Amino acid sequence: MDEKLKPAVSAMIDGLEATLIEFRDQISMVVAPEKIVEACRILHDNFHFDMLLDETAVDYWPQETPRFNIIYQVYSMKENLIIGLRTSLVGIHPHIQTIEGIYPNANWHEREIWDMFGIYFDGHSDLRRILMPHGWEGFPLRKDYPLGYEEVQFTFNSDEINLHKPYAKE
Amino acid sequence: MDGREQQDPLLDGMTHLVSSRALTGETMLLNMGPQHPSTHGVLRLLLELDGEIVVNCVPDIGFLHTGVEKNMEAKNYQKAEVMTDRLDYMNPIGNNLVYCLALEKLVDLDVPPRAQFLRVILTELTRVQSHLVWIGTSALDLAAMSVFLYSFREREMILDIFELVSGQRMMTTYIRPGGLWRDVPVEFEDAVRNVLKVMPGRIDEYESLLTKNPLFLDRTRKIGIISAEDCVRWGLTGPVIRATGVAYDLRKARPYSGYEQFDFDIPTHTDGDVYARYLVRVEEMRQSLSIIQQALDRLPTGPIRSNNRKFVPPPRSELGTSMEALIHHFKLWTEGFNAPKGSVYVAVESPRGELGVYLEGDGGPKPYRVHFRTPSFVNLQAMPLMSRGHFVADLVGIIGSIDVVLGDADR
Repeated sequence: MDEKLKPAVSAMIDGLEATLIEFRDQISMVVAPEKIVEACRILHDNFHFDMLLDETAVDYWPQETPRFNIIYQVYSMKENLIIGLRTSLVGIHPHIQTIEGIYPNANWHEREIWDMFGIYFDGHSDLRRILMPHGWEGFPLRKDYPLGYEEVQFTFNSDEINLHKPYAKE
Repeated sequence: MDGREQQDPLLDGMTHLVSSRALTGETMLLNMGPQHPSTHGVLRLLLELDGEIVVNCVPDIGFLHTGVEKNMEAKNYQKAEVMTDRLDYMNPIGNNLVYCLALEKLVDLDVPPRAQFLRVILTELTRVQSHLVWIGTSALDLAAMSVFLYSFREREMILDIFELVSGQRMMTTYIRPGGLWRDVPVEFEDAVRNVLKVMPGRIDEYESLLTKNPLFLDRTRKIGIISAEDCVRWGLTGPVIRATGVAYDLRKARPYSGYEQFDFDIPTHTDGDVYARYLVRVEEMRQSLSIIQQALDRLPTGPIRSNNRKFVPPPRSELGTSMEALIHHFKLWTEGFNAPKGSVYVAVESPRGELGVYLEGDGGPKPYRVHFRTPSFVNLQAMPLMSRGHFVADLVGIIGSIDVVLGDADR
């Protein structure tokens, strides 16, 4: 671990009961979901982690509970360090506090997570679907959402397939 | 919900994003895109206008969403790579590179020096051709047509090199986990040297058409200004942040693929407007050419793929003589290789900014989760900040200056 990361890491372990994961020289901290805003606040205000690089989620259904993890990557431009934050959420319709107030660009990242995983962000200013169409049902990146495919049309079955296609017919 | 919202199909669930003046009809709502030539793809902007002045603009993306991340979860690690070409179609080799770097980090795979140098040459060529498309199209948006024709002429030279090495002009998949698909052909060096010889003069030519052109200056100076603090707050990277005076370039900040061995500058500017981004990108092309020159002069000889047979297929010639090679070949092309449980975040400097990939393995042959942190997605968020208070006509200049690729933003 980089020496310069140590104060931030120990502050997270002591203050927020976080645990440390070190994998391939990358540091990530596991934080309880109710403490994520506080963790971001500490990293942002006290340790110059001023840029949110990435925020995404992973679904561990069915093999693990809690099912969802959210992963944040925050970057300190001053010290040139990255730290990952990871938090797990309980339930099929989980919700977590937004970090938009600290990192404004979390707005779209959280919209994407809502769109793809159905994780609700409390206090988010504009939680709408971002990539999928507005009326879409289901959350595509969940592991229980099947990977769709389109049947190949041949002359013998083209009319039948056309009937089920979702575009407007004359 | 009042009656007006239902009448106005433009405001589909977006009432809270426009001012109350829009609801009374005092300001005008105008839809721009998704089918609009100057939105560089399928970007939709909902504009709130006070006369000709943009009061607010709400970007709406997702029209080019292709479910790349979901698709990659269903393929094994090698096969998933072909999806990465199709994200940012102006930077296919850079996308291959970031995916392979993440995978190499995840499974702890080495890359021989020759492959690293060739990767650098090819990604820098990609950067030049991406900037060529950008300089052509964004000047075209601002009514300078001739640059477009010139820059696409030079871009063809670079695409020909990609075709030479990989057989494909754009969807190359040339960079593979552990190295490259195969060594470059003998014609490669001459072709690249030809580009290096021709390009500096051509870049001067574009500059002579634009840099001091009063019409171009009128349309770009003091337009779309963003401050360095806002860039950091909103996570903007690439030429946008460098045009505000912050020398943040991943090739220097967190060097990958041997970039620390090359001598180059990070061009910056302090104005933070469209013109500053233009100057930064033009200078970046020159720096890229200098990197290519250095890499080509010092190109080492040796293997182009790692010798770790657990992840990299053996050469075809060994299959007839070595039983072990045959087993490895069979195993790699049927099941693929297993990556350990764990996750990595790796990023490279794409022509548009920080292109990151979050890759998680679960011990099996398929990626458990792949997420791309794409620069277009993040940079587009700042569109409202840059465009408020400007004329509608300036919007196209601002979109061009962020250099969005919608395949990159929507994935």
